[in-house]
Amino acid sequence: MYRARLFASRHARAYEVIYNATSPVILSTLNIINKLTKGKLDKPITWSEKIVKGFLFDCQMCGNCVLSSTGMACPMNCPKTLRNGPCGGVRANGNCEVKPEMKCVWVEAWSGSEKMKNNLAIQEIQFAVDHSHRGSSAWIRLAKEDKQIT
Amino acid sequence: MSIPETNNQAYTYHPGELLPGLEGHISRGRFERVLRNGDFAVTAELAPPDSTDRNEVFEQAALFDGFVDAINATDGSGANCHMSSVVVCALLSYIGYSPIMQISCRDRNRIAIQGDLLGAGALSVCNVLALTGDDVSAGDHPEAKRVFDLDSISLITLIKQIRDEGSFLSGRTITNPPQMFVGTSINPFVPPVESRILQLEKKINAGADFIQTQYCFDMPMFKDFMSKAVDKGLTEKAFFLPGVGTLASARTARWIKNNVPGVHIPDSIFKRLEGAQDQKKEGQKICTELMQQVKEIEGVSGVHVMAYKQEECVAQMVQDSGVLGDRKPWSPKDEY
Repeated sequence: MYRARLFASRHARAYEVIYNATSPVILSTLNIINKLTKGKLDKPITWSEKIVKGFLFDCQMCGNCVLSSTGMACPMNCPKTLRNGPCGGVRANGNCEVKPEMKCVWVEAWSGSEKMKNNLAIQEIQFAVDHSHRGSSAWIRLAKEDKQIT
Repeated sequence: MSIPETNNQAYTYHPGELLPGLEGHISRGRFERVLRNGDFAVTAELAPPDSTDRNEVFEQAALFDGFVDAINATDGSGANCHMSSVVVCALLSYIGYSPIMQISCRDRNRIAIQGDLLGAGALSVCNVLALTGDDVSAGDHPEAKRVFDLDSISLITLIKQIRDEGSFLSGRTITNPPQMFVGTSINPFVPPVESRILQLEKKINAGADFIQTQYCFDMPMFKDFMSKAVDKGLTEKAFFLPGVGTLASARTARWIKNNVPGVHIPDSIFKRLEGAQDQKKEGQKICTELMQQVKEIEGVSGVHVMAYKQEECVAQMVQDSGVLGDRKPWSPKDEY
């Protein structure tokens, strides 16, 4: 949802606090569920991730989530799916070259990042999306890898 | 099947010889030599033809002879179809020019791009410019599928990996990887303006060796950007070639402002054009003055001239500006 998405990047600091507090819990819970059910609940978990992140961030389920490194603005909403910053075509009013009615995702991302405590994360180079993860749950994958959820 | 001994020549033939490698140089091309030598470099944009006649490429390149160090071959600029940049660059390096192969992420995925980089390397192409690319909606095939498998920073990372680690993204070894001098672009004139310097830093950290900017018509804005780049030490890590261009008239300028993504033209330029008797001449005069002005800015190593449909005026403008001093860039005429 566009409005929820804009809200997220404009309140990126609050989202960061919530995320930092909840992610270890979600991660370890998913890890336990995964061990107990041997992946049988992967589908409903993926489905709920899609619903939750879809509503909050207009998540496109790329399976390579980098929200905490992009000021809580999902870069997959950029029509060019740019993962490292805006293109050179941003309009003078800060809107998208391709969708003139939409705020540039990276204008939102940079301003979101400035509000966050970890405002350097946006400077990390994100290599191109691994398309083999498309449609899968980033949560489950990271829980299995035992990494920080992003 | 083994190649017959007598035909070996045909398989080892190398069009456009590479220059001998120099200590501290990445590529074996002339463009990098000019920059590392501390000379003020001039690059110009060539519009690949809508034709299979290679003479059209050579004729356009010849317009720059003696005034330009490297020629950018655009890659489907404005999302319009033209001859491919790989082939334009191959043709140009064949007779010794130093082309800069533009790669847009719009049309090719990582498999195609890696293949083209090797192909270009085999044809002595030494310079590459990593670009995001205008969206398909900007061009004459708005119904096309946009690829954008990579973005410009991922593309720089990819080229650097191929070059420095000698392997494809998959890790598979490349014997004789292409030694490309990697550039990218930046547009300091459009939002998010305050973050553009951070984006530039990210691009240089990814491995950009040189930077060519979008049209630079707003000198105070550009000076401000460059002073930030100098403060961050970025001009020590990459060569900067701001883009300058010609505007045929105030009407054209207005059209560009409204229709070409990412071009910022301040009101002062419109006033100058509107007040002039010969607007085309005035546009060229502005371009010439911009060249002189950017040369004075700290951290600037050269200038990139984009004179779309006015390519025949580039040599005169460079000469009038005097930015080359008494240096005369290499041209095939010196050689043959």
